[in-house]
Order: sequence, then C-alpha cells, then structure tokens
Amino acid sequence: MTRLRSAALILIAPLLAFALALVVALAILELAGVNAVAVLGDALAYGLRSETLVAVTNKAVPYYLAGIAAAVGFHLRLFNIGIDGQYRLAAFAAAVIGAAVSLPAPLHVALIVAVAMVVGWGWAAIAGLLYVRRGVNVVISTIMLNAIASGLIAYLLSPQRLAQQAAGSNNITTATIPETGWIPAIPTPAGDVNGLLVLAAFVGLGYWLVLHRTTLGFEVRAMGLSQRAASVAGIGAPRLALLTMAASGAIAGLVGLPQLLGASHRFGLDFPSGLAFTGLSVAILGRNHPVGVAIGALVWALLERSAQVLDLAGVSKEIVTILQAVIVLSIVVAYELVRRVRARQERRYVARAVEGAAA
Amino acid sequence: MTAVSMPAFAAPPSWLSGAVVRVVLGFAVLSLLSGALDAPDLFSRGGIAATLRFSAPILLAGLGALWAERSGVINIGLEGMMIAGTWFGAWAGYQWGIGAALLAGVAAGTAFGLVHALLSVTFGVEQAISGLSLNLLAAGLTRFLSTITFATVSGGSITTSPPVPDFPTLSLPGIDALLAPVDRANVPIVSDAAAVVLGLLTDVSVLTIAVIALVPLTWWVLWRTRLGLRIRAVGERPDAADSLGVRPWRYRYFALGVSGGLAGLGGVYLVTVASSLYREGQTAGRGFIGLATVIFGNWNPWSVTLGSLIFGFTDALRIRQELTVGVLLVGLGALGAVVAIRRGLGRDWRGAALFGVPAAAMLVWFWVVRVVPSEFVSFAPHLTTLLVLAFARQRLRPPAAVGVPFRRADAI
Repeated sequence: MTRLRSAALILIAPLLAFALALVVALAILELAGVNAVAVLGDALAYGLRSETLVAVTNKAVPYYLAGIAAAVGFHLRLFNIGIDGQYRLAAFAAAVIGAAVSLPAPLHVALIVAVAMVVGWGWAAIAGLLYVRRGVNVVISTIMLNAIASGLIAYLLSPQRLAQQAAGSNNITTATIPETGWIPAIPTPAGDVNGLLVLAAFVGLGYWLVLHRTTLGFEVRAMGLSQRAASVAGIGAPRLALLTMAASGAIAGLVGLPQLLGASHRFGLDFPSGLAFTGLSVAILGRNHPVGVAIGALVWALLERSAQVLDLAGVSKEIVTILQAVIVLSIVVAYELVRRVRARQERRYVARAVEGAAA
Repeated sequence: MTAVSMPAFAAPPSWLSGAVVRVVLGFAVLSLLSGALDAPDLFSRGGIAATLRFSAPILLAGLGALWAERSGVINIGLEGMMIAGTWFGAWAGYQWGIGAALLAGVAAGTAFGLVHALLSVTFGVEQAISGLSLNLLAAGLTRFLSTITFATVSGGSITTSPPVPDFPTLSLPGIDALLAPVDRANVPIVSDAAAVVLGLLTDVSVLTIAVIALVPLTWWVLWRTRLGLRIRAVGERPDAADSLGVRPWRYRYFALGVSGGLAGLGGVYLVTVASSLYREGQTAGRGFIGLATVIFGNWNPWSVTLGSLIFGFTDALRIRQELTVGVLLVGLGALGAVVAIRRGLGRDWRGAALFGVPAAAMLVWFWVVRVVPSEFVSFAPHLTTLLVLAFARQRLRPPAAVGVPFRRADAI
C-alpha cells in the first residue's frame, strides 16, 4: 500500500511537469496567433504515426547514449556539459581513421567504436584532471573544451586537410567509411531502425550492472549519497571523480556513432551538435535509471519530431526548446516538492509509531 | 587591545603591485617583439580600444558571478541572462533609444536572475541544472520572440535586430593632440605606450566608463556596507547568519537579482557598444568566461577585473592581423621557456617539462608556420581560460557555502 503510494508520488512529478509544459505551449501558441488546440492535436496525431515512431526511435538512440553519459556523471554531481565536444571530436576522429583503414567487417566496426571511446575518454579526462587537481568547476572547463573541440574540428575539417568537398553540395565531409565499417539497419514494417539501437541497449545494461553489481558502482553510489560517509569508509573521492568523468566521456564518445555507423558513414559540417543538454535533460527526466533515461530520450525525440508540424502552421519550432527548458525546470521542482511531501509523511508515520509504542 | 589586524580580504590584494610590475615588463617585451617582427598591430590604438570593448562584457559577467557566488549560489545561468539582455536591450533600443535599451536589458537579466533564485533558493534545485536550463530557456525564448518581432520589421531578420543606437563617447581633452604625434613617431616602446594611453582615454563609451565604475562600487557594497557583510556571511555560513536573524533566502534573492542585472547590462553592452545590433549567438560563451574570471580572481573584484582584461585581450585577437597572434605566441613561448629554465635550475624537472614542452611547441610553430589559423584564434579566450585555471599559482578560497542550498536543520 505504501509502496503503491510512493510509486504514485514518483509519477506525479513528471505528470505535473508535462501539465505545466502543456499550459506554456498553449500560451505561446496563442501568443503566436494560431489555434493552439488544433495545432497541438495535429502535432500529436503526426507524432503517433508508425513511420514517425520509427524516426523517433532513431532520433532517441543518440539521445539515450548522451543521457547515460550524463547520468554517469550525475551520481557524483559532475555536470558533463562536455558531452558535446567529446562526441563530436570522437566521431570526427573515428570517421577519419575508419575511412583510412581496410579491415574485415567486425574488426573495422570494433576499431571505429574503440577510437570513438578512447577520444571521448581522453577529452573528458582533461576536465576530470582539472577538477581533481585544481578544483575547476566541470561545467566551466567542459564548456571551454567544447569551444576548443569545435575550433579543432573546424580547422581539420577543410579540403586542404582531412576532408573533401562533397559532390553537388556545400557540405564538407571526411571520406566515406568503406562498407565493412557500416552497421546494418534493423528492418521493420514501418521503416528501418538504426542498428546501433542494440549498442545503446547494451550500454544501458552495462551501466546498470556496473552501478549495482560491482564494488566500483557501490563506491560511486555511496559517494553520491554522502561524500563524508564514503570518505570515512576509505573511498577516494578524487580517484572516483576522475574515473567517473572519464567513463562519462567514453560513453559520450559513442553518441555520434548511430549517425556515423548507421546513417551518413562520414563526418560533415552537418553532423548533429548540441546533444549535451539533451543528454543532461533526459538523464534528469529518467532519474539516472537506464529504463527511465530510455523513456526520457523517447519523449524528447517525440517532442522534437512532432514540432515539425508547427512549421506548417507557421510557428517557429524553436518553441520546443522553450518547452524542453520548462519541462526540465518544472520536473526538478516537482521532484523536490514530492521529496518534501514524502519526508513529511515519513516523519508523521514515525511520530505515530513512537506514540503507539509508548502507549 | 593593540595591533588588531584588519582582515585583508578584498582590499586591493598585496600581489597587485607585483602584478603591475610584471604587466609593465611584459608590455615592454611584447612591444619590442612586435617591432622586431614587423607586426605593429599588437599595441595599436584601435587594438587597445578593442580590448577594452571586449573586456567590458566579460567583466560584467564576472561581477555578476561574483555577487551570486559571494551569496552562496553559483550562477551558471549568466550566459542566458546575458542573452536576455542582448535581445531585450536591442528590442527596446531600436524603438525607443539607449535609455530604454538599458532599462529593458537590465530588467530582463534581473528577471532571469530572480527565476534562478526561485528555483535554487526556494526550491533547492541543483544550481547547475537550474542555471543550464535558464540558458536554454533564454536561447529558445529569444529565438521565438525574434520570429514575431525582428523578422516582421524592415532591417531585421529571424537572427538579427534592426540597428540599435550607440552610447555617446568621451575623450580626455587635449590628450589626442599631445600623444598622437608620439604614437606616429615609431619610437620603440614609447610609441606603443602612447598608443595604449590613447586607446584607453579617447573615444571611450559612456557605458564603458560606467562599467569600470561598477568595480569599486561592487567592492564598496560587498566589503564596506552592512548589506555586503550580510551577503558574504550568507555565502560563508548561512546557518550562522540565520541564527542571528539574517535570512539567507532574502540576501540570496537580492544577490541573484543584482547578478542577473549585471549580466543583462553585459548584454546591452554587446548590442550597443561592442556592436550595433542584436545577433543570435552574440554572447558566444562570455557568461561562462565570466564565471571563470571569478575563479581566476579568487572571488575578489579587483582580480576579477584583471582576469577580464586578459580574456578580453585574447577575445579581441580575432579582429587583429594574423601575424599579431604570432607575436603573442613568441611572447608566450619565451615566457614559458623562462619559467621552464627557472624550474630546471631548481631541479623541478616535472615543472620544467610542463612549461618547457608547450613553450618549445609554440616557438617551433611560429618558426615553421608564422601564422596562427583563424580557427585557433577563435577559441583563444577559451584556451586561455583553461590554461589560466590549470596553471595559475594561487591559493583559491571560494565562499564556503557556494553551491549548497540552504535549509534549516529542522525543515524538510
């Protein structure tokens, strides 16, 4: 009974947040001068078509990987905004190296994945070292590292260096990876699902296993709950922070791979960017749980996909960005309120139990 | 009771005179170098004026971060508050002039600051999450608002506003007549010094002067008034402050309002003085660099100012001639080499390698390529930020309660 009630309380938070987001959406649409209810109805109908759902799933795969990368850091209150620079640099390096070698299929894919993880790991480790050795706030250092990564990629991604002009467009891309380095899509009646979905599922499983079935995971969770208690128990905070940050970077390195291995097979100017905040948001939405993060990633992808209807109605689809910010903010507030309500209930319960025992 | 020592916090720090000597020495060396390498752009009058223009918004963000963190709240939303300042400043400015721009930009920043306070102080939300979400909110909101305002008027578009009027400028009377001939005479060091003085004292925007005046004002309020003492107390030991009747919530709200207002002013500065219109993405991470200046400046307004000047100088590099950046590379390389040799003489081999290897790399780069690619120049301020945070030798002491939401012990 209490279990049921606490489960209901946990669900209330996201529901409250989405209700608030809905109100904001209606207000903005009215402000933009369109029939808000009709537009939202269209968006929902579009978002729930089966072709759209396949597209949403494909969009959600990198979001999920970014979400897990963010969740890893969250346990130690490390906000890895650097996911952006980490995956872009990782995907760029993986694209260049992947296109330069010829190997049999499984090895080729393994090499590309390994390069991406190592680059993401190394780039995140810089921020980790700065945090551990110099106490530099991870948010600040990773934002600086993102800018540096963008500059490095802009420099290297030029026809005089590691890239070439794509035929028939303004795009500049790296050479295409040979077919041995591709991952085939999973065919479904409604369309092709990106094959990296499997990798994402394994990453989620691995994350859960490490966190709940290893000493390292126990240490991370203990440190997250109480740094003082963990330190007294002999868990080294700096070592753990560095390890967590680097692990977050290694996972972040995978974020670009659904695009690279499953879709474009090369890195171009049009490579997706800005997924760090998406990752942080879906991790918050999913409360760092692998299944919750998956739901969060799907919701985020659904929101963005449905927004395409807004353009047809003559409304900027940027309002989705506003909605996403509102959802994140209201969900953290809602979680905090729910936590307070529960704590109050527990206190009342304990007080009653003590009174009962005294009587 | 004799010889009670005054707490030395935040009085102009003792190393400042040493820093001044170093700045003067460094200036002399770079001036000679730029003469020798034929890159007269380094200390040109225009270049110095640009450094001032690029430093001011970073300084405003830095002061904003200082107010927030001294009260115990880290304000990662500064970037968003700055974005709000640029948009609302431009929106009011192109219609009703600079006074309206000032008012609207500061008000928008303050409003965002108060939302951050509501989330992080009242609801105790993780401060980084609240700040980052506000950045996203500001970016999305301004983009949306642009589509229904700027995009519908002539001279504007989805990403840019119509032209915004500028603040009037002032010059120190007579200085131009006195020093301009010296500047043109091309005497080593002396001419560059004249150019620096001219750049700093002629055609300076009124808003720039106001921004500079905010530094002593911030110091005075935070360290010489009752209000400031309370704000700082709340940032160090909110429980102790609360037990004496100083309500942490109230002072954190106030400090975050000021913080957001300063960032909003930084946005207004960007659309009026540093350029003449609103452009999407104009803030370019200056809010975050402002946060870094506070770490660099050890939560002290004077050192924050020095940090903003360094970052502003590197930020202004992107509008310089390419060879100028090469001169700086040589200067930095030489500095690194000197430090490395000193470490080596002191048998600190790791330190010698730490400074020697990058220094050698910079010198070799200049020897071979001469020019620094523009893509690298674009991240110069960010790289400088990282390097300064990584290598600056000082004892940092952040406010004790920064980042920790305050709840009374008996509250849930």
